[in-house]
Amino acid sequence: MAPITWQLGTVGTIRDETPTVRSFTLALPGWSGHRPGQHVDLRLTAEDGYSVERSYSIASEPERSGEVDITVERIDGGEVSPFLHEVVVPGDRLEIRGPIGGYFVWEAALGGPLLLVAGGSGVVPLMAMARHRARSGMSIPARLLFSSRTSDEIIYRDELDQLAAASDGFDVIHTLTREQPLGWTGFTRRIDEAMLADALEPLGSATRAYACGPTALVEVVANGLVRLGLPPDRIRTERFGPTGT
Amino acid sequence: MDERPMDVRLAEMRDDPAIDLVLDGSAVGGMLGAIFGSDVTGMPGECASCHTVSLMGTMRVYLRGPGTVIRCPACSQVVLRIAETPRGSMIDLRGIAFVRIEHPS
Repeated sequence: MAPITWQLGTVGTIRDETPTVRSFTLALPGWSGHRPGQHVDLRLTAEDGYSVERSYSIASEPERSGEVDITVERIDGGEVSPFLHEVVVPGDRLEIRGPIGGYFVWEAALGGPLLLVAGGSGVVPLMAMARHRARSGMSIPARLLFSSRTSDEIIYRDELDQLAAASDGFDVIHTLTREQPLGWTGFTRRIDEAMLADALEPLGSATRAYACGPTALVEVVANGLVRLGLPPDRIRTERFGPTGT
Repeated sequence: MDERPMDVRLAEMRDDPAIDLVLDGSAVGGMLGAIFGSDVTGMPGECASCHTVSLMGTMRVYLRGPGTVIRCPACSQVVLRIAETPRGSMIDLRGIAFVRIEHPS
C-alpha cells in the first residue's frame, strides 16, 4: 500500500451549495484516485509553524481524474472552515493528504440495494457514492434519506432532484426538521425508526446501509437499522461529531 | 482577489470550539496512516483488554483534550493514545494487541 503523503492541491472552481455550504474543486496532479466515501485531510500552516488539520469527505465520483471536490460547511468560530469560505480564492494552493478510509466506502462492484442516510453535511461522502452509482450505468436500487433543517439548507438539492428524475432506481426522501415551505409533503421530524422502516422497506433485507452525520443521528440510524433486522456488518457509519469544523 | 499572503490570512483564523463527541476511527485515518505507514482504517486490530478484533475505522475516537484517544468499540477500553507535540509524536500502544496491515489483493 502506498504511504499517505501530503501534496499540494490547487483550488479551482468554488461553488455555493447553500448559504453556509460551499464546494471547492481541488486539482491534484499526483492524485492516485479514490473510492466513494473516502476523505482527505487538509492542513493549513501559518508562517510561525502553527498548523491545523481537518478531514473533509470527498464529494466527487472517482470517474473524474486528477481532481476532487470537497464540500465544506462554514462553522462559526471554527478555525478552518471560515478560512476556506472567506479567504481562499481560486488559484490558492492547499496541503492535502489522502485518500483516506478503507471502511466507509462503497463501489458499484459491491452491488446493492443501497440505503444512504444523511444528516446535513453528512450527505457529502454519500453524494460521492450516488454520483459514482449514476456514472457506473448500473441501475442499482438506491435511496437517500436526507435530513436537513430547512429547504434552503438542502445541500446538492438540484442535483439530487436530477438524479432522482433519471428514473434509474435512485430516489431521495427528504425530511425538514426545523421549517418547511408551504405545501411541503415530505417528513417534518428527525430521522427515527419508523422513517427508517419506510425507507428500507422497498429495498429489502439484503440492503447495504451507509449513515453519515452528527454523532447522535448516526447512533439512531445504526441502532434502528439493526432493530429492523439489517445485519450489523451491512451497516457502515461515519460520525462527524456535533458539527465538524 | 485577496492579494495578501496566505500566512497573513491564515493567522486571522485561530479560535476553535472544542469537539468532544465520539467519532469513528476513519476520522483519524490520516494520523494513523502516518504512524503505521499506510491507511489502516480498513484493517483489523485487536483490543488488548477484551481481545475483540475490530476494523480500525470502527474504533471510537475522542479528540478532546491534549491528545487523541482511541477506544475499543466493544469494551470501551483505551487501545491507542496519540499526542502530537512540537518536538514529535508520543504514541501509547499498550491497549492494542495487534494491527494487521494487509497487502492489496
